Amino acid sequence: MAQREKDQHSGTETTGHEWDGIKELDTPLPRWWLIIWYATIVIAVVYWILMPAWPTLNGYTHGILHASDRMQVEKDLAALKAQRGRQGVILQQASLEEIEKDPNLQAYAMAAGQAIFGDNCAPCHGAGGGGGKGYANLRDDIWLWGGSLDQIRQTITHGVRSGDPEAHVSQMPSFGRDGLLKPNEVDDLTEYVVALSHRKADAAAVARAAPIFSQQCAACHGPQGMGNQLVGAPNLTDTDWLYGSDRQSIHDQIWFGRGGVMPAWGKRLDEASIKAVTVYVHVNSGGSGQPSGPLPTTAVASPMSSNVTP
Amino acid sequence: MWLNHGKLERHSLLLILGIVIVISIGGLVEIAPLFFIENTIEKVDGMRPYTPLELAGRDIYVREGCYLCHSQMIRPLKDEVERYGHYSLAAESMYDHPFQWGSKRLGPDLSRVGGKYSDSWHRDHLINPRSVVPESIMPPYAFMANRPLDYHAIQAKMSVLKIEGVPYTDDMIANAKADLEAQADPFSAGGTKLKARYGANVVQRDFHGEPTKITEMDALVAYLQMLGTLVDFSKYHPERGGNSR
Repeated sequence: MAQREKDQHSGTETTGHEWDGIKELDTPLPRWWLIIWYATIVIAVVYWILMPAWPTLNGYTHGILHASDRMQVEKDLAALKAQRGRQGVILQQASLEEIEKDPNLQAYAMAAGQAIFGDNCAPCHGAGGGGGKGYANLRDDIWLWGGSLDQIRQTITHGVRSGDPEAHVSQMPSFGRDGLLKPNEVDDLTEYVVALSHRKADAAAVARAAPIFSQQCAACHGPQGMGNQLVGAPNLTDTDWLYGSDRQSIHDQIWFGRGGVMPAWGKRLDEASIKAVTVYVHVNSGGSGQPSGPLPTTAVASPMSSNVTP
Repeated sequence: MWLNHGKLERHSLLLILGIVIVISIGGLVEIAPLFFIENTIEKVDGMRPYTPLELAGRDIYVREGCYLCHSQMIRPLKDEVERYGHYSLAAESMYDHPFQWGSKRLGPDLSRVGGKYSDSWHRDHLINPRSVVPESIMPPYAFMANRPLDYHAIQAKMSVLKIEGVPYTDDMIANAKADLEAQADPFSAGGTKLKARYGANVVQRDFHGEPTKITEMDALVAYLQMLGTLVDFSKYHPERGGNSR
């Protein structure tokens, strides 16, 4: 290929290929393109030197910057903690009561708590904490396991029937399914529970069920059906119903004795996060945390409460 | 040499050979060493092969294409670690054939969903996602609650996975059906043997809440509740040995 033919018209060399008299010009690559191409090669070599690049027999070349995604995220998380600053540290050290009393800290905990609640709690308890069938309403001041700051923290940290050794545990028997009561007795008890919540019920059935209630139910729900937070037994005289208030729902609950599970969050969330979400839940509930009375006036705290069926 | 490339380019077989050589250098240098370097998969405590019930649930996960919307890969980025928990390790998918990292993140990442919600939440959510998460766009999978789990081939599946490198023992394969049934029944006496074979972190309960039958719901919820719970992160240190990368 010593002497290459030049195209007379353009002055460019040809490749020497010819198809029916048509020849191909060997136009050189544009200079700007070549410069960028050589630059990428140079950049690649620089990258090999600076960053982790090549596998070796027992590891990889670390590069002189020793970059590591896993170490970087540790640094980023530490920076995030620092950015949250003094209030984040105080949140970790202050008691729940102190956090709630101090307006600045409370505002900080509420903001942090809302984000944590949205990520972790809202799938069950609803975005506003209104709950749903089987998931407790957190917007009212009616509590299964107690609504004081410490009780809420205990429930969040260890959960309910979660398998955590300190979790709340109680089990309502499946009176119908396991044959502890006859079907007609479950029907009568349903009427009794309807009557307990100050609604019209079949008086004869209520009278028949009274001894069954005191034998089977009163140990946990109390002789007046007011509930007991030590065993998570709900108050049956108020307007708040975990599994629905209509006769069929009450019947099903006596029949199957469902007991919900709340996971333990102690291992998933750090202490400051649990405190923030505790304060968030407590403040949103109205915050008294007293055992509920016979006819609470705060039962429907928000229009989002979906487990209170009128 | 540079002026003779015409010979290479005009001979199709020589050209193919040249292409194959050039491309295999890339593979040999970049990929092949990963199969032999010991710390490609970090050493962690707690990883175990999936139990037969979890494996059946995983097959349903793959069958229904859950990976098309859900990833199982928490990247080492602060926002993901803040939201989902510890970033995923290669070791956590070492028994996945194929892995379920996914690439589309239409739904939340599921690598650490195990233990985050209750079984009844998963049941409600799979039957009708909108009943618990009003803004959800996930399709309902209500049919799983009624469909009995088909596990007649579970032993064959485990044998194939064993060939692929999952350390199932002959004992595990021989007792696969008994183990599967035991895990879905909290009162089964077979639970002790199941835990002896797979480890104490196996959860044995009625995932579906229907004590009379083993459904696809049981298997899928068992799989979901196991995700991300196996590795003991109190014993994992990113700065140690081959862990930093």
